[in-house]
Amino acid sequence: MGTETEYGVSVPGQPNTNQMLASSLVVNSYANRAATGGSRARWDFEEESPLRDARGFELPREPVVDPGAPANEDDLGLANVILTNGARFYVDHAHPEFSTPEVTNPRDIVLWDKAGERVMAEAARRALTVPGTMPVHLYKNNTDNKGVSYGCHENYLMARATPFGEIVRHLTPFFVSRQVICGAGRVGIGVDGRESGFQISQRSDFFEVEVGLETTLKRPIINTRDEPHADPEKYRRLHVIIGDANMSEIATYLKVGMTSLVLAMIEEGWLQVDLSVDAPVATLRAISHDPSLRYLLTLRDGRKMTAVQLQMEYFEQARKFVEDRLGTDVDPQTADVLSRWESVLGRLEVDPMTCSRELDWVAKLSILEGYRSRDALAWDSPRLQLVDLQYHDVRPEKGLYNRLVARGRFDLLLSEEEVTRAMTEPPEDTRAYFRGRCLELYPQQVAAASWDSVIFDIGRDSLQRVPTLEPLRGTKAHVGELLARCPTAADLVDALSGN
Amino acid sequence: MAQRDTGGGQQRTGRRDDETAEAEVEESGASDLKERHEKLSEDVDSLLDEIDDVLEENAEEFVKGYVQKGGQ
Repeated sequence: MGTETEYGVSVPGQPNTNQMLASSLVVNSYANRAATGGSRARWDFEEESPLRDARGFELPREPVVDPGAPANEDDLGLANVILTNGARFYVDHAHPEFSTPEVTNPRDIVLWDKAGERVMAEAARRALTVPGTMPVHLYKNNTDNKGVSYGCHENYLMARATPFGEIVRHLTPFFVSRQVICGAGRVGIGVDGRESGFQISQRSDFFEVEVGLETTLKRPIINTRDEPHADPEKYRRLHVIIGDANMSEIATYLKVGMTSLVLAMIEEGWLQVDLSVDAPVATLRAISHDPSLRYLLTLRDGRKMTAVQLQMEYFEQARKFVEDRLGTDVDPQTADVLSRWESVLGRLEVDPMTCSRELDWVAKLSILEGYRSRDALAWDSPRLQLVDLQYHDVRPEKGLYNRLVARGRFDLLLSEEEVTRAMTEPPEDTRAYFRGRCLELYPQQVAAASWDSVIFDIGRDSLQRVPTLEPLRGTKAHVGELLARCPTAADLVDALSGN
Repeated sequence: MAQRDTGGGQQRTGRRDDETAEAEVEESGASDLKERHEKLSEDVDSLLDEIDDVLEENAEEFVKGYVQKGGQ
């Protein structure tokens, strides 16, 4: 699994800034310094086909309708680099984006996702040292409140054999309601924030259909992009586009942990209950618009319940599933996800404000309510909109989430030492280990890399491509020793090809 | 290390601690919730003072100037 997060980018006082150039500046400032050898591996697109659809057909690529876009993105040299931690750091749709390396568990998502925030902050700091540049601010949020949204996508590897219809049936009600836990909070209602008020999720107003392939227009609750970056016979990659970008470690942890458990139940055909909701898109928005959590949604079978109660149904299923499959052998992390999930739901039911140390939307709302009562501000006050925006500022001294952490007002899962380590070191239990370590050990010889290959230029007639199609190979256990006894990339290529 | 709920205790003065202790003897159940709320709002006040210091200047212009191009 992994996440990919587009960050908001702004150069204050310069509204006409070319955001692609600003994003490129940020990425390049980090990449140029990171590549000590002066060489930078490019991204290898060979295996990518983002228009392939899980339902079995390919979409024609639509012409880009953006008058501000240059004719050829290559002209700008849009930055696209791979880091020694196995992550991809690049420019996508005029936003700097950080894709975590592939990991095997929710806590590791939190770790590399948080490392991504630190990479962004460091990149903006380094960009400042380029003579003549204005400060670039980066925000880990999902909307400018003027009609534009940018995503924080989750990716889960699933067995190819899982019927897609089952995924849609069981995942839609879960996605419609999980925002009560992992919403990031937003000041403004409607895509352009025209109506005043507070809502639970940054993204909910931007979803228009139930199922589809699009990610930038007519966004679907269930996205059908099917590009596994792995053996397509064995795997599908479930591409989840509906989540908010979370600052809170526990919110990210629960978002990914709960979703993994629900996916596991679907893969194993465990879920016999049907929790389908009436009018999922309208329900998604209605839940988001009611921070009191009292809104009653309607299931297709006629039952009415709150989003918290619907989540409780999924939790109960997950608890029984884990008990049945693992019993007392349950691993500590799965047990921890279940226990936090239950605890948060129980408290949301009684008083959401008791979750202000764990959930973004609750923490943000408590600051906003503080301002409203102290300064008698209405919801359309620019100051409240600024609090909303600045909550997501990645700078430690300016970001309001970061200020809350500094004051000990947020529960954390990670130590800052391990986050700093994860900025440069890959996870040890996936192919990201091989990719990241090759970049670290042989920076001059890695010509290109992607999720499923590393390509070496070792001065021979042709480039040497090492495929990494199996996400759980190329781990430290597999290649740690091999890398240790290969002082050069040529040694490694020879060893891998049996010479 | 993970930080655990300190209940905002560091910011309290000794006098307040005594008051809280007395109060706790008398109160229970639903009033715990009320007390937690009061503590929360006390904390929020001191937090707002700090946020005032780091908030960008000229809020109206700043949020108006935050305009993004399309994204996924």
